[in-house]
Amino acid sequence: MNTIITADQLFQALRETVVMVGVSLFFGALLGIPIGIVLVITRPGGILQNRFVYGVLGPVINVVRSLPFIILLVAIIPFTRMLVHTSIGTSAAIVPLVVYVAPYIGRLVENSLLEVSPGIMEAAEAMGATTFQVIWHFLLPEAFGSLILTMTTATIGLIGATAMAGTVGGGGIGDLAISYGYQRFDTFVILVTVAILIVFVQGIQSAGNRLARKARRD
Amino acid sequence: MIELQDIHKTFKRKGQTIEALKGVNLRVNKGDIFGVIGYSGAGKSTLIRMVNYLERPTKGRVFVEGEPLDQFSPAQLRKAKKKIGMIFQHFNLLESKTVYDNIAIPLVLLKQDKNRIRERVTELLRFIGLSDKADSYPRELSGGQKQRVGIARALASNPSILLCDEATSALDPQTTKSILDLLKKINEQYHITILIITHEMAVIQQICNKVAVMEKGEIIEQGEVLEVFGNPQHPTTESFVRTVIQTSVPESVLRTLSPEGAGRLFKLKFVGGNASEPIIDSLIRKYNVSVNILFANMSEIQNTTLGTLILQIEGEDKDIFRAVEFLGTRGVEIQELREFQSFSEAGDVEEGVKQRKIKEVKAV
Repeated sequence: MNTIITADQLFQALRETVVMVGVSLFFGALLGIPIGIVLVITRPGGILQNRFVYGVLGPVINVVRSLPFIILLVAIIPFTRMLVHTSIGTSAAIVPLVVYVAPYIGRLVENSLLEVSPGIMEAAEAMGATTFQVIWHFLLPEAFGSLILTMTTATIGLIGATAMAGTVGGGGIGDLAISYGYQRFDTFVILVTVAILIVFVQGIQSAGNRLARKARRD
Repeated sequence: MIELQDIHKTFKRKGQTIEALKGVNLRVNKGDIFGVIGYSGAGKSTLIRMVNYLERPTKGRVFVEGEPLDQFSPAQLRKAKKKIGMIFQHFNLLESKTVYDNIAIPLVLLKQDKNRIRERVTELLRFIGLSDKADSYPRELSGGQKQRVGIARALASNPSILLCDEATSALDPQTTKSILDLLKKINEQYHITILIITHEMAVIQQICNKVAVMEKGEIIEQGEVLEVFGNPQHPTTESFVRTVIQTSVPESVLRTLSPEGAGRLFKLKFVGGNASEPIIDSLIRKYNVSVNILFANMSEIQNTTLGTLILQIEGEDKDIFRAVEFLGTRGVEIQELREFQSFSEAGDVEEGVKQRKIKEVKAV
């Protein structure tokens, strides 16, 4: 089958996807995990119950989460430019990706942490643990297996979002598929990118499952 | 020492106000194994959570080792909690950590150094008899083993008080007994004051020296276990006592008694020493009466025997009178049971009704 792209272009796109997913996952987790923790401890009945923090953070997350990524991407261009001094290219794509994934991770982490039995939290409190100790020695270790699955889900969500990053010249596999496969009718590119995405997602999911199983000692 | 003074606790749930505790006064002395018994919903769980401030009283004060908890800063309160161990019905062990790490947690929170932690945890593992399980995870243990780990964890920071929240309710009777034995050993060896809440009378019977009975947020009866068991005042207390000490004539025996049958029925109650004397033998030999034992029960509480005996005594009225008098001089509490009827329709007769049909009349 004939194609207009070179192997170099393909590898370049792969590299861009990996960089975008990796970097935005890192920063997304850096922001999202604390968000999830704050949601859990400030919720009514939590160990640091705070009506104000919980009441503000929740709706803010919902607002960001209600925007489809493609809209979020263009809506925050001024913010992106302020942060990385450009509005096109891979680094320009990473900013909206982080803004997109951090609240998502926050909610997922919240769900994972809420799975920890209230009895464990009660035991921690009975031992006179400080808030930090409750989080570090009880909450996070007990939710660890579930947190791995959370990050797996977030990673796969990010791979989907990077496809749209092509809009701001972010590059990546998705961009390759749109600009060559779709706009220039190169069926081979479509097939290859679909295959690569499937392999990516499958690989990440099964790696995540395996790690989570290990953490949960099943 | 634990002292609760006029504790009230109200919860507000969905606009409804629930009064969980209504003016509870309780004093647990150093070295006591104090049991609080009640049906579910009586407020016992809320009560035990007052002692380490997992729940704060709406009104009233809590003193632990003489110090009022309401005067403590958050940091002081955390420090005080390290002197109060707690074990739970569902153990609440960390599934993600080994037995060793679970026991070590309170010491890690105290930021003790690794060597000291290893020493203490090893000692505790030996004490609970699970040295070989140090590297196991909680899910690999049986319920009894999990509770042992829970106990070791509670003891790690050398508390002076141990709170047991339905600690044996999820265990079978055999395992319950071994856990209770362990608690008793802790009380005797380490002089740790223990407060237990339970709905199982067997727990109170086996290890407690003091008991309080709770109902609807109030303590309806409390005192020495022997006193409360031997002479229950409140119907709820009596129904608890009846779960371990049978004090009424079994139906099958009642059915054989005809209303106009010969002889009279007496209920005898023994406490302690006189249970071992050959009183019945003397009764038959010395007085011209014939004795038929309808029912007998012996229970051991706090190493003291508590016995109940129901006798049918036949003979001349004056002989019976002298016989009863003799029993009275031997320190046996004696009551005559009158108006008993045969139960042709028994079977589904409720406990309360059955009780009413035999009227107890104090003799002597």
